[in-house]
Amino acid sequence: MVKATYNNDIQPDSFEFSAANKKKVKDIIARYPVGGERSAVMPLLDLAQRQHDNWIPRAAMDKIAEILNLPPVKVYEVATFYTMYNLEPVGKHHIQVCGTTPCKLCGSDGIMGACKKKLGIEMGETTKDGLFTLSEVECLGACVNAPVVQIGDDYYEDLTPETMETLLDDLAKGKKVTVGTQVARENAAPKTGRTTLVDDTPKSKKGGKK
Amino acid sequence: MLSDKDRIFKNLYGDLGADLKSAKARGDWKDTNKILARGHDEIIAEVKASGLRGRGGAGFPPGVKWSFMPKESSKPSYLVINADESEPGTCKDREILRHEPHKLIEGALIAGFAMRAHRAFIYVRGEFYNEGLALMKAIDEAYAAGFLGKNACGSGWDFDITVHRGAGAYICGEETALLNSLEGKRGMPRNKPPFPAMAGLYDCPTTINNVETISVVSTIMRKGAKWFSSFGREGNTGTKLFCISGHVNNPCTVEEEMGIPMRTLIEKHAGGVKGGWDNLLAVIPGGSSCPCLPKDICETVKMDYDGLKEAGSSFGTGGVIVMDKSTDIIEAICRLSKFYKHESCGQCTPCREGTGWVLRIMERMVKGDAEIHEIDQLWDITKQMEGKTICALADAAAWPVQGLIRHFRAEIEERINSYKQSLKQEGAA
Repeated sequence: MVKATYNNDIQPDSFEFSAANKKKVKDIIARYPVGGERSAVMPLLDLAQRQHDNWIPRAAMDKIAEILNLPPVKVYEVATFYTMYNLEPVGKHHIQVCGTTPCKLCGSDGIMGACKKKLGIEMGETTKDGLFTLSEVECLGACVNAPVVQIGDDYYEDLTPETMETLLDDLAKGKKVTVGTQVARENAAPKTGRTTLVDDTPKSKKGGKK
Repeated sequence: MLSDKDRIFKNLYGDLGADLKSAKARGDWKDTNKILARGHDEIIAEVKASGLRGRGGAGFPPGVKWSFMPKESSKPSYLVINADESEPGTCKDREILRHEPHKLIEGALIAGFAMRAHRAFIYVRGEFYNEGLALMKAIDEAYAAGFLGKNACGSGWDFDITVHRGAGAYICGEETALLNSLEGKRGMPRNKPPFPAMAGLYDCPTTINNVETISVVSTIMRKGAKWFSSFGREGNTGTKLFCISGHVNNPCTVEEEMGIPMRTLIEKHAGGVKGGWDNLLAVIPGGSSCPCLPKDICETVKMDYDGLKEAGSSFGTGGVIVMDKSTDIIEAICRLSKFYKHESCGQCTPCREGTGWVLRIMERMVKGDAEIHEIDQLWDITKQMEGKTICALADAAAWPVQGLIRHFRAEIEERINSYKQSLKQEGAA
């Protein structure tokens, strides 16, 4: 388990789900068959993380163990196995740059470089103002829109070092940013225009749906 | 060449609406109860006859898989759908989840009914938060329309779907690791037997299928096995989503006929290799675990299970990673070794130790800081990892390195020699 879990300076003494989340806890457990309540460990860890500034303190794991009637270690071992659970505080914007081969071929090193330069931090670090944490992650599964970065719940795709810097500027200023592709492109279609699905989608129909 | 009328995923690019009304306008949910009225066994027979093979990488025929499920059981049966898409180079299920969720949901009902399951779980990778929301919204619509729940589609069959989100672990794409994860445990693969069809999720009979596999089932049932098998060739039938990434002018996801020549796929849909076809170095044809193929093989190879097997690689998921001559192929494969080391669950020694060992040697190979005989040692290590572990992650880590040594040994040797040369020069100076 990472050090932060034993760092009592940052670990709160206790954790309670909020009133609204307590109801969600019940709904989550009810999704699974009777006897399969343990399945709720992962969604409850996610819920705790969302409630607690995007990281999970040890007290939250203990609370989840109590709710599901499990030994705490059964929750710790899940929390430490999956990369999306943050077990120490992270910045308000968690910049997760995909660095796996398809993104690397399309310039993810340049994206990481732009982030490091702009934020003045190395991979795995958080800015002093607590606004940004920078991480390299493994394949995000959006390879035809490489290079890709995940920030919070959203993907930002088809990035260049320049658009990455603009994105960071806008986030720092609290400006609204465009999620998804950062170029003129229709999702996963070729950027110069479709090579398929053309005769089924007359222009009038496309316009009518919007 | 496949014509648009025969493409299954009409809303691949998301312009036609993922909502129920739009999906119905594309033919989804049309008389689903009539399909179900054909009965469990006839649906399985039709899917078998279509020649459909699993689209998640292993290529096992789903119709056959479904027939392993018990006809009578004291325990409930479960369909589990693997939407933990995370094999580098693969991003097809993402498009289905966000743009064609009703194809997946209707397919789940038909497949679930065929294998006598009343319940499906869809395991969506955690990073696909928005895709998961799109799917949940579509599921809510299907419930509200009476297509799911009690007496689904008026068929007399009760059917429920639950979405479960992962949290960042490639290994959970392995079917038994996925089951453990879904049960609230670490995503570590299980020993087989027992096979999931006997004892899977919550120790109950379970079938695990890929998103794309399930999503084509409703169209196969409507248009018929004959229609589906008219595309491609025997043992490799149907249409397939291909994702073309890397050094091409227009990376994209596209639905094409099985067996399309790789060169045609790249040139017709992805705008060709950057700098032209002659600038091609190598292609990883089916997601990161498939051994890379050099240009001369890419010239003629057909994109299907048998075509790529004959070429010494694998069809995998249909994720095509293109590398032009500007690529440092040793570094590109080394990055995959890093991926597999990161994603090994650590349960089996050959994988836990092997992936780290391979990475350490590969990192030296990138610099050239190695001995020539270590190339053979690296080969041996990958051979010792293969087939020695509970799941195939060790194999998946071994194959890209083997592909590199098989086709680019000269480049590795050259790197080592020039590194030695540079050391000598430094010593002399």
